[in-house]
Amino acid sequence: MLSLRRTLNERGVLGLNRRNSEYIGRHNERRRYPLVDDKLLTKELAIAAGMSVPELYGVIATQHDIRDLHRIVADRERFVLKPARGSGGNGILVITGRRAQLYRKASGDWIDPSEVEHHVSSALSGLYSLGGHHDRVMIEYCVQCDPVFDRVSYQGVPDIRVIVFLGYPVMAMLRLPTRQSDGKANLHQGAIGVGVDLATGETVGGVQGTDAVAEHPDTGNPVEGLVIPGWDNILELAGRACEITGLGYVGVDVVLDRDHGPLILELNARPGLNSQIANRRGLRGRLERVSAAADRTAPLGTRIEFVREHFRHR
Amino acid sequence: MRQLHLYLLAALLTLLGLGLFLYKTLGLGFPMAPAEEVELWTLQVRFTVDSRTGPLKATLQIPRNPPRYTILDEHFVSRGYGLTAREGRDFREAEWAIRQAEGRQSLYYRIQVTADGQRGVDSGAVPAAADPELEEPFKTAAITVVSEVRSHSADAASFAAELLRRLNDPTPGENIDLLLSDSRSPGGKARLAETLLAVASIPARVAFGLELEDRQRYAVFTPWLEVHDGKRWVHFDPESGETGLPDDFFIWWRGDRPLIAMQGASNPEVQISVWGSYAPALEIAERRVDLVGSRVVEFSLLGLPIQTQAVFSILLLVPIGAFFMVVLRNVVGIRTFGTFMPVLIALTFRETRLLGGLTLFVVVVAIGLAVRFYLERLRLLLVPRLAAVLITVVLILAAVSILSNRLELELGLSVALFPLVIMTMAIEHMSIVWEERGAVEAVREGTGTLLVAAIAYLVMSLDHVQHLVFVFPELLLVVLAATLLLGRYSGYRLLELRRFRVLAER
Repeated sequence: MLSLRRTLNERGVLGLNRRNSEYIGRHNERRRYPLVDDKLLTKELAIAAGMSVPELYGVIATQHDIRDLHRIVADRERFVLKPARGSGGNGILVITGRRAQLYRKASGDWIDPSEVEHHVSSALSGLYSLGGHHDRVMIEYCVQCDPVFDRVSYQGVPDIRVIVFLGYPVMAMLRLPTRQSDGKANLHQGAIGVGVDLATGETVGGVQGTDAVAEHPDTGNPVEGLVIPGWDNILELAGRACEITGLGYVGVDVVLDRDHGPLILELNARPGLNSQIANRRGLRGRLERVSAAADRTAPLGTRIEFVREHFRHR
Repeated sequence: MRQLHLYLLAALLTLLGLGLFLYKTLGLGFPMAPAEEVELWTLQVRFTVDSRTGPLKATLQIPRNPPRYTILDEHFVSRGYGLTAREGRDFREAEWAIRQAEGRQSLYYRIQVTADGQRGVDSGAVPAAADPELEEPFKTAAITVVSEVRSHSADAASFAAELLRRLNDPTPGENIDLLLSDSRSPGGKARLAETLLAVASIPARVAFGLELEDRQRYAVFTPWLEVHDGKRWVHFDPESGETGLPDDFFIWWRGDRPLIAMQGASNPEVQISVWGSYAPALEIAERRVDLVGSRVVEFSLLGLPIQTQAVFSILLLVPIGAFFMVVLRNVVGIRTFGTFMPVLIALTFRETRLLGGLTLFVVVVAIGLAVRFYLERLRLLLVPRLAAVLITVVLILAAVSILSNRLELELGLSVALFPLVIMTMAIEHMSIVWEERGAVEAVREGTGTLLVAAIAYLVMSLDHVQHLVFVFPELLLVVLAATLLLGRYSGYRLLELRRFRVLAER
């Protein structure tokens, strides 16, 4: 066991205790958490900074506003209802079609307007936010999955989690929904995590739970060797994320839209450590490299260059 | 810098905690283990006299800082008497006085004492050996004896030993016979030895004491000879000449004064009784400290009202549980619901015992969870949903109580005190984790929570732990120091090693 500990240490694997004490505790100020915990705030900041996000159709802040819902989405065929402070993808209602008064859910079921209203009402009263706080509901653009992922995802939209430290992307992971994860890109529920070479945007290895996987369990296609299009844009988008929030150590969730390219979905102030397993790489070495050699105030281009040069996979 | 600050703080807290702890155990005699008992002795002197008409005055020698024992309690019982206690350099006496007394009078003096290793045998000032003024023919006899003994001894101690040997010799010779003829009274031999030692310029004194034995109704004061050898007092049994003091010998008074002196009374009768009992060590320590007047106990939990003490005896265990929580979460890496839920659950186990508590918890949470998922389908708002789960939990508990009563199981009856809110919150937490992270994770965290709760409960229910934190709450400072240090632990958690083992391959 001691030798395992030593090996992990030598490979620079980051543990929860060290992540919490040295990175989150030291670089993420508590007062900035609300900026990422509330997706609406994050979105407003991103829009103000001119970054790409899924278009915001409207916001419902009070029970009284619910009557506006149908007016807001009157000419939208597809849209997403998302509680601003929902956690773990809870409370997200994806509408993919309309017919007469009815709305079609992503699963294909048809529901009537009162059910949609009830959903919004519950979300407003804090049903999906941790601690049951009063919440707001965003109505936004429904991301269209880029066809590059069609072969390796089951329903849902895959997303790319980029861990950014002091403005430098240090590790990235592609999250692929599976049948087990119910179409959600949530690793805890069984989505696959796939490592991404930061220099090229090419996928390497995969992990489901803590087991290594090479193929998507539902489609049977290999998850390795996929090149994510527009990788430069994704790196830049992620690299700017800490500028808008002021957080030093942050996880940026990016989706690739068929029409709009990379869009920032949300930020996370306590990104998990699974991307280490997906990439078969330790985070600590990279983090230490950034804090030792890199300049946090360097222009974005220089930072991306640094990342491409030092965090190449092979 | 920050590191050093933390280490210094932790060291300071540890020192403070351990220092107070050691002072209380070694210095004040607080027991380290629960239910420790110490021997408690009650000594009583009762004397009765016939009063003549007119004023009556009686003086009794009473113990003053007895060596090896602490007086916990002292009572003077006498109706209608004026009482004064006088204290001198090497004596202490109580004087009862009454202007008019009639018939037989009884006076009592009673003390409670307990052995105290802190107090040495030596005590009292060293008197200068004054040359006794003896009359002839005793003077010549004494000088002869002293010079004979001196030629057979090397120092004060051996002089005393030789002297006592001669005094106790069945055929002591005419000089000693002469001297002894004048001192046949009890303690006379010791007094004679004292006088002869004074002639030889060796400081000595006679001490009167009792051998403490249980249930003595007519105990007798035994004289004991104390000889100062230049450095310390050496004790001699005047009858056998042996040195040393028996372990349970309680010195009552020293010197030439009689135990009781009276004016205006006759036919004195003295009855001395001794009886032993056992008392909790903690109680004795408190009483002893009360006498010393130490601030430590004034600011102790033992001074609180009993009900408050009962609350604190539980409250003080929470830090212990919390500390184990920290270890199990941050060092081992067991995942649990909420931060302190396991400790709260562990507290509820106190009511139900471990096995019953675990069973009950699993049953209630399982049923509650089923209800919670059913309610989910009804799409209720948060607060009404929580309330609905709470009501269900109460109903389940009632049902379990009735059922187990019918089946004559012990378990159900303790249910009433099982905190409901904790159960409700556990159900809520579990269902959230279930939805967010799936059933496997929910069950894993649920098991982790119960495991941590069980460990915390087992630790918290140890008699020794309960005793230590209650009597020595300062030990929690040490726990605090350890917790602070763990707060800087940034190594891997044990279970993380398993999680990341893929990364160690190749």
